[in-house]
Amino acid sequence: MNALDVTMDETGADERRIGGVLMEMKNITLRFGGVKAITDISFDIREGEIRAIIGPNGAGKSSMLNVISGFYVPQEGEVWFRGKRRPQMKPYEVAQQGIARTFQNIALFEGMSVLDNIMTGRLTLMKTGLWSQALWWGRAQAEEVEHRAKVERIIDFLEIQHIRKTPVGRLPYGLKKRVELARALATEPKLLLLDEPMAGMNVEEKEDMCRFILDTNDEFGTTIALIEHDMGVVMDLSDRVVVMDYGKKIGDGTPDEIRSNKAVIDAYLGVQHD
Amino acid sequence: MLPDQLVFAMEVTLNGLMAGVMYALVALGFVLIFKASGIFNYAQGVLALFAALTLVGLQNGQIPFAHLINAAFGTDLHSFGWTLPAALAIALTALVMVGLAWAIERLILKHLVNQEPIILFMATIGLAYFLEGLGDVMWGADIKTLDVGLPQGISEGIEAVTAEWFGYGFFIDRLDIVATLVAAALVAALTLFSQYTKYGRALRAVADDHQAALSVGISLRFVWVLVWSIAGFVALIAGIMWGAKSGVQFSLSLIALKALPVLMLGGFTSIPGAIVGGLIIGMGEKLFEFFAGPLIGGATENWFAYVLALLFLVFRPQGLFGERIIERV
Ligand SMILES: Nc1ncnc2c1ncn2[C@@H]1O[C@H](COP(=O)(O)OP(=O)(O)O)[C@@H](O)[C@H]1O
Ligand SMILES: [Mg+2]
Repeated sequence: MNALDVTMDETGADERRIGGVLMEMKNITLRFGGVKAITDISFDIREGEIRAIIGPNGAGKSSMLNVISGFYVPQEGEVWFRGKRRPQMKPYEVAQQGIARTFQNIALFEGMSVLDNIMTGRLTLMKTGLWSQALWWGRAQAEEVEHRAKVERIIDFLEIQHIRKTPVGRLPYGLKKRVELARALATEPKLLLLDEPMAGMNVEEKEDMCRFILDTNDEFGTTIALIEHDMGVVMDLSDRVVVMDYGKKIGDGTPDEIRSNKAVIDAYLGVQHD
Repeated sequence: MLPDQLVFAMEVTLNGLMAGVMYALVALGFVLIFKASGIFNYAQGVLALFAALTLVGLQNGQIPFAHLINAAFGTDLHSFGWTLPAALAIALTALVMVGLAWAIERLILKHLVNQEPIILFMATIGLAYFLEGLGDVMWGADIKTLDVGLPQGISEGIEAVTAEWFGYGFFIDRLDIVATLVAAALVAALTLFSQYTKYGRALRAVADDHQAALSVGISLRFVWVLVWSIAGFVALIAGIMWGAKSGVQFSLSLIALKALPVLMLGGFTSIPGAIVGGLIIGMGEKLFEFFAGPLIGGATENWFAYVLALLFLVFRPQGLFGERIIERV
């Protein structure tokens, strides 16, 4: 099954696509020395939905994303993915399971071009091994062409044709974020984790990014969990929202439910955030 | 006809360039590992020694640890009594180097993830002495001749041609010419590998950003085994060339020290830098000895490379090809 082959008409934009539970976090607790970054949090992510995680700075949102992607190992709790309890995994193993991510502070291959950056997303999907690559040049070539075609479609999709060959180190911040999204999409993820995809962007860039996130969800059926500060954006994008404060979960529900949640309102009025 | 002095200088330059190829080969191994993992691998020179010892041992059917076994059990074992074809022995040695890379990752690197660079550096110093000792115990400390059928002696063709052109025949070692060609082929192969294969791409990705590499599903440990294997293979080539030239002996590990000024010149992360740096040092020290040696009492080859590197450190600390580092404030 190839997510990128799904076209717009096959999945009607209106027909909502939310299915069963894809990922479930059960009683996660994460400590750094004496600091409790996450305290006994449980929530789930359903297939096909856009799930937002919000909360003031230092609430533990990034830590939660890092637990999901295997970068942090929680002291307590269980992670369930596709109905199975996930054993402790290295970040690269999590990625190979179909969970892609972007980073709050952008992690791109600064020395490579945009195209090469996105191509790295295809690496673990490439089948030809080292020897066959050396010996069967033709077959390796054919595979390369196939992967290139997929990557070109992502480039078109995210409207970054004009910077395909540009070294990433030279790009402005907003475009870097877009390239990072492109690289994550190139892995054809089941679940996409976005850590503040719109932070530091101007209004126009934010609108573009919103559109890309919605389109990704719509066209490829990708499940998305994202962290975002801008409440307006969150309310527009997400199907359900988890609210964190000081490492605890203080709210969980639809945007409407969250808007009228007393604890959430207090947390947001009581704490200064950017 | 050119003036004599100039013709001699040309010969010296050529010889220097070829000596530089050796330095470049060792420096190349350094750069590969440093780029991928930020580890300054002090053991790179010893890897070349170990590879050469293993190659000779395998080729001549030497029994590893024979001394030890004989001492412990009162036996008198020395040889399996075979002589392997050179190509087979080289292939087997390459496999041994891959095994060694795997063992190094398992036994050392795995336990030192996220440690300070200085700790990793100390670990490679330990590794260097361990490997030197292991090579000694496994294959014996005597100087060995390495013969894999590379051409030896002065190239008569070049001597004849230059005699015709300049009225003076250049003495160029055939082995040096072969070493240069092999090194060029090696660099070309490495470049193709890193640009066009998926493992090469993974390697570049890890060299660029660990977090990002993990996030697209690349195993850092796999890449480290890979890069140490490649460094081991480069060491094997260096060991073959050096061993064929001056015999396999423990002083071989000292060429690693010459690689240090090469790296300061070329930059620690640049493959072209390692090559060009090696050539400059090789050529520079031969030319300096030729022109200035007689004036200041000779033996300048012992220190010239280091002084040149020092000058570079003062005026261009990032090396020839390294990127300028500007501290963020
Ligand atoms: N790698 C780490 N080492 C130590 N403390 C950390 C680390 N990552 C996060 N923390 C701490 O965990 C808490 C939550 O941080 P974070 O998850 O980044 O919050 P958020 O993304 O909601 O702003 C903070 O107190 C932060 O200092
Ligand atoms: Mg954060």
